[in-house]
Amino acid sequence: MINALVDMFDTATIASIVAGASALMFATMGETISEKAGVINLSVDGSMMLSALAGFVVAFETDNVWLGFPAAAVAGMIVALVVAFGSIKLSLNQVAVGFVLFALCTELSRFLGQSYVGRPPVGVPAWDIPGLSSIPFFGPVLFDHNLMVYLAYITVIATYLFMYRTRRGLELQGIGERPEAAHARGVPVNRLRYFYTALGGALIGIGGAAFSLDVILGWSDRPTRNLGWIVLAIVIFGGWHPLRAAIGVLLFGALQAYAINLVPEYPSLSQVLPSIPFPAMIVVLVIVNWKALLKWLDRYPFLRAILRSDPPTAIGTRFEVN
Amino acid sequence: MSLELRDIHKHFGPVRANDGISITVETGTLHGLLGENGAGKSTLMKVLSGFHSADSGEIILDGKTIKLASPVDAIAAGIGMLHQDPLVFLPFSVIDNFVLGSPGERRLDRAAATRELNELSERYGFNLDPETPARLLTVGERQQLEILRLLWLGARVLILDEPTTGISADQRAKLFVTLKALAKEGMSVIFVSHKLEEVADLCERVTVMTRGKVVGEAELPVPPEQLVEMMFGQAIEIRDRDQVSLGSSHLALDSIRTATGLLSEEPISLEVQAGEVIGIAGMEGSGQDTFLRICCGMRAPKEGRVAVGGQDMTGKHYRDYLAADVKYLPAGRLEEGLIEGLTITEHFVLAGEDRSFFVDWGAARKRAVEQVEHYTIKGTEASTAESLSGGNQQRVLLAMLPAELTVLLMEHPTRGLDIESADWVWEQLLARREQGTSILFASADLDELLRYSDRILVFFSGRVIGELDASATNVDEIGLLIGGRRSGTEGVAS
Amino acid sequence: MSRVNSVLLPAAVVVASVVGLLLLAGTNPWDPLKIIVEGSIGWPPLEEGAARKVGDTFMVWVPIALASAGLIVTFNAGMWNIGIEGQIIMGAIASAWIAREISVSRPILVFLVILAGAVGGLLWGLLVGVLRTAGGVNEIFGGLGLDFVALSLTTYLIIGPWARSGVASTSGTDPFPEDSYLPALGAIKLSPLAVGIALLALVGVWLLFKGTLYGLKLKAVGRNRPSSFLLGIPTNRYLLGAFMICGALAGVAGTSQALGFHQRLIPAISGNYGFLAILVVLLARFRPFLVIPISFFFAMIAVGSSSLQLRLDVNPSLGGVLQGVLVLSAMFGLGWAGYRALKEMSASEAKAGSG
Repeated sequence: MINALVDMFDTATIASIVAGASALMFATMGETISEKAGVINLSVDGSMMLSALAGFVVAFETDNVWLGFPAAAVAGMIVALVVAFGSIKLSLNQVAVGFVLFALCTELSRFLGQSYVGRPPVGVPAWDIPGLSSIPFFGPVLFDHNLMVYLAYITVIATYLFMYRTRRGLELQGIGERPEAAHARGVPVNRLRYFYTALGGALIGIGGAAFSLDVILGWSDRPTRNLGWIVLAIVIFGGWHPLRAAIGVLLFGALQAYAINLVPEYPSLSQVLPSIPFPAMIVVLVIVNWKALLKWLDRYPFLRAILRSDPPTAIGTRFEVN
Repeated sequence: MSLELRDIHKHFGPVRANDGISITVETGTLHGLLGENGAGKSTLMKVLSGFHSADSGEIILDGKTIKLASPVDAIAAGIGMLHQDPLVFLPFSVIDNFVLGSPGERRLDRAAATRELNELSERYGFNLDPETPARLLTVGERQQLEILRLLWLGARVLILDEPTTGISADQRAKLFVTLKALAKEGMSVIFVSHKLEEVADLCERVTVMTRGKVVGEAELPVPPEQLVEMMFGQAIEIRDRDQVSLGSSHLALDSIRTATGLLSEEPISLEVQAGEVIGIAGMEGSGQDTFLRICCGMRAPKEGRVAVGGQDMTGKHYRDYLAADVKYLPAGRLEEGLIEGLTITEHFVLAGEDRSFFVDWGAARKRAVEQVEHYTIKGTEASTAESLSGGNQQRVLLAMLPAELTVLLMEHPTRGLDIESADWVWEQLLARREQGTSILFASADLDELLRYSDRILVFFSGRVIGELDASATNVDEIGLLIGGRRSGTEGVAS
Repeated sequence: MSRVNSVLLPAAVVVASVVGLLLLAGTNPWDPLKIIVEGSIGWPPLEEGAARKVGDTFMVWVPIALASAGLIVTFNAGMWNIGIEGQIIMGAIASAWIAREISVSRPILVFLVILAGAVGGLLWGLLVGVLRTAGGVNEIFGGLGLDFVALSLTTYLIIGPWARSGVASTSGTDPFPEDSYLPALGAIKLSPLAVGIALLALVGVWLLFKGTLYGLKLKAVGRNRPSSFLLGIPTNRYLLGAFMICGALAGVAGTSQALGFHQRLIPAISGNYGFLAILVVLLARFRPFLVIPISFFFAMIAVGSSSLQLRLDVNPSLGGVLQGVLVLSAMFGLGWAGYRALKEMSASEAKAGSG
């Protein structure tokens, strides 16, 4: 136990957590944007798998890893648009559509991907940033990765700046918070909901490709290992705030690394330890929903802003102009 | 800016919300639009502010016909609308609410916007902190925020839909001052209300609407009876109060108090006799809701005791109160009352006395048919709750009440109902009273309070500020108390 | 017109997408369908010697039907019981535990394993419900988390305490004592008892919502919790009740998997039938009797598609794709029909209004 803890603070482990989190980072930002606009895309896990395949196939066939990412983004975007169309235009239940799409995309990626199982991986080349990467500790942790890892963190910061520092970002929050008020101010609610759901889907797709082209490398039967579902929980933990959600992704990665580091000490638990993040997710959700805590937080505006998770008020609902 | 509405028609299915409305509002005037709930005022204003498109008719602004396809078109033309529940984003800061939707660069220049907000705020004597989240503002402050925003966007016609609901007397006074100042600057203000005294206080001209039509116009001031006659056809007489034969104590509250927030300052004591009707007055959100919830066991007071029919019920669960024949009917009929998707028959089964495991649907349907007829519900036993009109939903709710009832707690028994349904509702309630049921009802309608209550409890900012004998008081006295001013004469609660 | 559209349109989408996929996979569209039918009930259907296949198909139908019956209850209570997979797994584990540990006479043992399955699933379902009602954790995430916990518990048992004698392997435990198996028809796996329980469950659920006050109250709670509370219905207790009923039925589905079909514990003991049942119930639009044919059809696909790889070199996940496309297009077909109907209505209203 102690050894595992010591290992946790090892620079290489921290660097690997930072690198390994890139896929979830993209997907979490995507889902945060989508839900902030009011649309829950429950298909994340399936969506990531399908786009992981799309990315891998395109990268493999063209032998160009960079073409894989746009392909994956398109795949994720198409799935997201189906969710948006079903809920906005046809008033179907978002959860139902998302779940069915999860099931369908999972099977579809298996079906279409069978001939790619075990093919040699095409990976994103490493790119340590000259100068910065030789800073002690921070160099290897932050600047000794590859372009997609850097892009993941840039995406987090960009999402944050967009949401809280731009006019369009404020509108994005508005349509998920109180669509009728956004409409009254001339914001085209449903058009933007399509747009942001698609944008979120594209990021989820890039997250999928980050699995098959970077984090896991190659195509196997179930490359996301249910992590797509974790994304949905992290968005809640993150209180629909990009920076908090990003911290959630890193904490999750750390927990996972910690659990895996424990395996050599407890070999009989080798199958159980990797799934520790899932019950941990439940515990975290219990805490963020704990009424007494929420009440207590109301008295401390600063802590409240950091710790409270208030969902966008209009999440999952429809808006119709009459 | 002068504004003319010419022959506006707006129908929702068979309902003619606006049936050929023509109104002219002159530049720089305060124009009142008076009418009961459901008279079509809100629909008309939504047409004027671009939320609804009219089926036919013209909107003419400074002599030019304009087309309003959306709220943006309206504000671009200089028409700004302040909704009854101000359309602000509660978690967002004041300044974010202020800039959202305004034209400008991509980057949000909060500093520049803050300067403009402060400038406007100062000009009208408001005090809004740009960084405060809107959820911490009072309704009155949210209105101020919206008014400033609309002015900033260049509104020259300002529509206010029932703006005094839920704001304090101070804020109302301030609002009126502001509106008068705006009119002086050349702004046309349309003040929509169902409160006669407010329109008479504020406006220079008034248009009265009933059932989707304009029924009268007048330059103010005119004698109030004339307006009442326009609204109701004839002046209302206060009901001849039958002497209630007071029975035993049905509900007794002994110095109850909550831990924090509303009703936490002063303990409340009240004893309600059998067959007594207690009216509950006050601005919305002054604690009436909390009070009623304590009376029915949905909230436990921190201190004090509650007794029903002489039996101590302190700390008991809502369902125990239900078993003691205490029933609570909140204002939201489809939110806290009926169940969307279930039929009238199913509602009666759920509310019925028969607790057997299997439902005898044949008998249930028969009973439902009888009830539908007895309570003259427009619908069939197979109609779902949401397919009924508000008046018929209220009828179903009353029909669902158990036969034995010790205490009935009700919020806004007649809100949004047509006159016929409202009268019918009170007929039913008074019949209950004859049988000895004690009734406590909250209402925003002073006439209703005066006409039907034996005693009136006035709430102000989380406490009971007055307890009045309904036969010995008048609209003015209640109005003062609602506004927080104790009259100092008889009947004031300690 | 829109009624026809709502059937034809999804059907056309299903046919078009499946044909397209198969052409993409390089086979003609007919062969895989034939193989699915042949693999599940024989070709021509119910040919001689198809008894074993039909038996297998029925034993796949049983858990799907049981889980669907349970899900109808939770859906009516307004809950998304994604935790159903975990409830099936915990039912299987509980049954397996009894099967391994207890030796009594056969009828009693069979009764005990079924009871244990029901209790195991019930408790796991109750946990989701408690997390939801007391902890405020959305049932989708609570359930999902518990799914994964149950899944890793299975793996732990298989390679740990219940490991095969000699070699520890992730393929599964040793077969359980034969006395604990659900009684089957001779050499084929079909257990009339299991099929009977599944049918009974569906009839029971139908009756629950058709004729009982409990079912009506569950429906009320699912549609409007504040109103139900005001009517005096203990809403949390009813929500927990829904999770317990669903969990118990799912748990028996697990029993059928562990002691009817596989006769041992394997890592994928739930067969994903819980998630499949969610699709079935959505397609059946929460109607118990529609569940019977739809879940049978889904069972046929599940059983029949396993021979696709061998015979046609087509991935068996084609079956899952088919199921997914079917449900999605049915949902969108109905949604589209509803959208059109609404549009026509408001158009005619506008006409009537202006006329």
